[in-house]
Amino acid sequence: MTDLERAIREAAERLDDHVRAIVQWHFSEETGTPYWLERAATLGFDPRSEITCASDLQRFPLFDGEVLRTLPHEQFVPRAYAGRPFTIFETGGTTGMPKQRIGWEDYKTDYEQFSDTLSDEAFPPGGYWLMVGPTGPRRLRLAIEHLANHRGSSCYFVDLDPRWVKKLISGREFDQAKAYMRHVIDQAVSILENRRVSALFTTPKLLEELSDRLSIPDAGIRGVFCGGTTMTPQTTRFLVEEVLEGKVEFVPTYGNTLMGLAAHRKSLRADGYSITYHAPQPRAILRVTSFDDSDRTVDYDDWGRVELTTLTREFFMPRFLERDEALRRRPCDDYPWDGVGEVRPFGAESSKIVEGVY
Amino acid sequence: MTEPIHIPVLRGGETYSSLDRAELTSPRDGRVLASVSQANAGLIRRDLRKIHERTAVLRSIPTRDLLEICKRAGELFMTASLPIDDDGPAQGPDDYVALLSETSGLPHTLCRRNMNKVRTVFDEMEGILGGLMRGMDLSVVDTGFGEHCGVRVCYYETTDALGVVLPSNSPGVNSIWMPALALRTPVVLKPGREEPWTPLRIIRALMAAGCPKEAFHFYPTDHEGSATILQGCGRALLFGDEKTTAAYAGDPRINLHGPGRSKIVVGEDMIDDWREWFDVLVASVVDNGGRSCINASSIYVPRHADEIAAALAEAVVSIEPKEASDPDARLSAFANPKFAEWIDATIDAGIDAGGAVDLTLEKRGTPRRIEVGGSQFLRPTIVRCQRIDHPLARTEFLFPFTSVLEVPQSSMLDALGPTLVLTAITRDRDWIRELVRSHSVDRLNLGPYPTSRAEWDQPHEGNLFEFLYARRAIQGAIPGGAEC
Repeated sequence: MTDLERAIREAAERLDDHVRAIVQWHFSEETGTPYWLERAATLGFDPRSEITCASDLQRFPLFDGEVLRTLPHEQFVPRAYAGRPFTIFETGGTTGMPKQRIGWEDYKTDYEQFSDTLSDEAFPPGGYWLMVGPTGPRRLRLAIEHLANHRGSSCYFVDLDPRWVKKLISGREFDQAKAYMRHVIDQAVSILENRRVSALFTTPKLLEELSDRLSIPDAGIRGVFCGGTTMTPQTTRFLVEEVLEGKVEFVPTYGNTLMGLAAHRKSLRADGYSITYHAPQPRAILRVTSFDDSDRTVDYDDWGRVELTTLTREFFMPRFLERDEALRRRPCDDYPWDGVGEVRPFGAESSKIVEGVY
Repeated sequence: MTEPIHIPVLRGGETYSSLDRAELTSPRDGRVLASVSQANAGLIRRDLRKIHERTAVLRSIPTRDLLEICKRAGELFMTASLPIDDDGPAQGPDDYVALLSETSGLPHTLCRRNMNKVRTVFDEMEGILGGLMRGMDLSVVDTGFGEHCGVRVCYYETTDALGVVLPSNSPGVNSIWMPALALRTPVVLKPGREEPWTPLRIIRALMAAGCPKEAFHFYPTDHEGSATILQGCGRALLFGDEKTTAAYAGDPRINLHGPGRSKIVVGEDMIDDWREWFDVLVASVVDNGGRSCINASSIYVPRHADEIAAALAEAVVSIEPKEASDPDARLSAFANPKFAEWIDATIDAGIDAGGAVDLTLEKRGTPRRIEVGGSQFLRPTIVRCQRIDHPLARTEFLFPFTSVLEVPQSSMLDALGPTLVLTAITRDRDWIRELVRSHSVDRLNLGPYPTSRAEWDQPHEGNLFEFLYARRAIQGAIPGGAEC
């Protein structure tokens, strides 16, 4: 057995243990979540005795994200956390009533773990951060600040409201969208020109716009942590080679309010700038499912729709079909479980998706 | 099986191999003929930001020298093996014709005819500039100063580069942007999806002839990339259907080249002699496979419409699809078979609505759409329309199609609508004066000339010199003379 095969087996065992523990937690009378305790009666199986490993999660039906819009938050408060105030986070660019996830410490745990994947050279402890992107009711804003704090740093913020951008673009108000983009970038440039910032979190589009106004490495930035919209291999290469002038470490990420944060496989150049993300397993699982049959996992290097399962004590969400599609990628040394490659909006090949300027 | 050719992006003449590729396939058998590097919009935007540095290189060369370069380039375009990518085999003229035919559907005969058209533009560039500049001394382009008809003139460049979003319908369309180089303006080209070959070969010929590589930007790209070119260049030409061009209507920086809807009108004074110039009607409909915006899509006559439509149908009904390499081939295949299906269905729907008859269908007795050698063709179609507001009356399609209408001469002008080329067959001076004053007509052919005839000293869809240069009022003297 190779080292990788051994690592894969051990990771799978850890995941199975974690699945059992989380299912026990959410379905027990003492600690359980009201929503799941009620749902247990209609599932047709006993999760506590019959969900014994990760593959058993397939017995759950697809998670209906609508309940995160419609049900009272209290339905998702595990009894173990009863009476503790919680934070309410909303999904990113949704217009209309957003999905809301409540939480306590999850975002801190997720980002502290993620911090271990960042290099001190590119994200120097104690150096200032700048976040240019969606703040507001999103988990990302607190998470980035916590990540900076966790690394002994503090963070400046420039907000971008993706819901407004989406409305402008859908309404073909491109001039307004551009003016808003300029407004956002003006603020970022102002901070970079007047403060010493070494790490940046932003979206691909904003990063590119920022580089139109100043040289990012010359502005003192050593690491860029980037996510929010699709990055094709060509876009990624362009960002690395030209926007960042080959001088700044580029850390693409895939994440959202419901999952947390997936880290990228480090071999970006060797992979032809095709980005592969790995979920923060065992706290979340990403599976690439057949477009026709969500019960079936596609073969490696085939396209499919991304399915997310979140497994923390604060939040249990089995089998939520994301609005993304991706290539199923093989495990690697750093992440000995499946990854998702070249993530893009579901149906991106057949229709133009409004991802906005952010 | 041979490897597909890689068509690169050119950034100031430097080849760039993108990680995003589009496959260019043969519509006949689905073979992948080329892998086309796609420029992302951000990359284009970045290049355009610093284009003025590259513009300076081209503007350091006198116009006279550029005209010489054009002459050499014309010869190279016709005869030389020219590179496509830095690596890989060079492309000779026969390879060019074969690939162009394969991806665009044009038969070899029309490919070669269009090659000659491009060469003519190279060879006649001085005359073309003379027409665009109304005989002004070409040194005005170099110095910005001059004298014309005894009046001092001063011109300045309106842009650092000319953006061009090209179509795929006909290689000859490249003749419209080519004079920009001789006018010392770099070009930023987005080729049509099925026709990257001709603009790239023109660029390669010019580079081989000594034109600075910095003058050339070639970006196969998506809609966002096209929009970046249109918005990022100070001046741009946009080819496309009405839906594509509508978004830029009213923007003086962008010259729109939508459907031509070219027409022929015949006056009362000459209609009874229609058999004498009947060949002009046929040529206007079928030249260049009927694919150009300068092909006639409507013919207005004051009488004899039934006879003329029947004679036209008789004349074109024998034109049948042939293999691409057949020297007698006159029709082009459709690179996108679905487009042929759509056109066919649209015409059928128009006929079914009443008020129009497909005379060719009646004469031929076989369907309009046919597959030959794996390719979809539409056979020439002549429709006799009863009224001007019929959906087929003023419609242009990408094959030899024309509607014949009987319209009183006094109503023809009002019935024109936007018309790229109007051939007016008349000697009625009063009516000609009215036609000359019309805002609907871009090019006016007076007399029995095919709509497809181009005289190179006349502008096509706007004057490129006046688009790229603006006149400045000038008074006083420049110390040391005009050479500054």
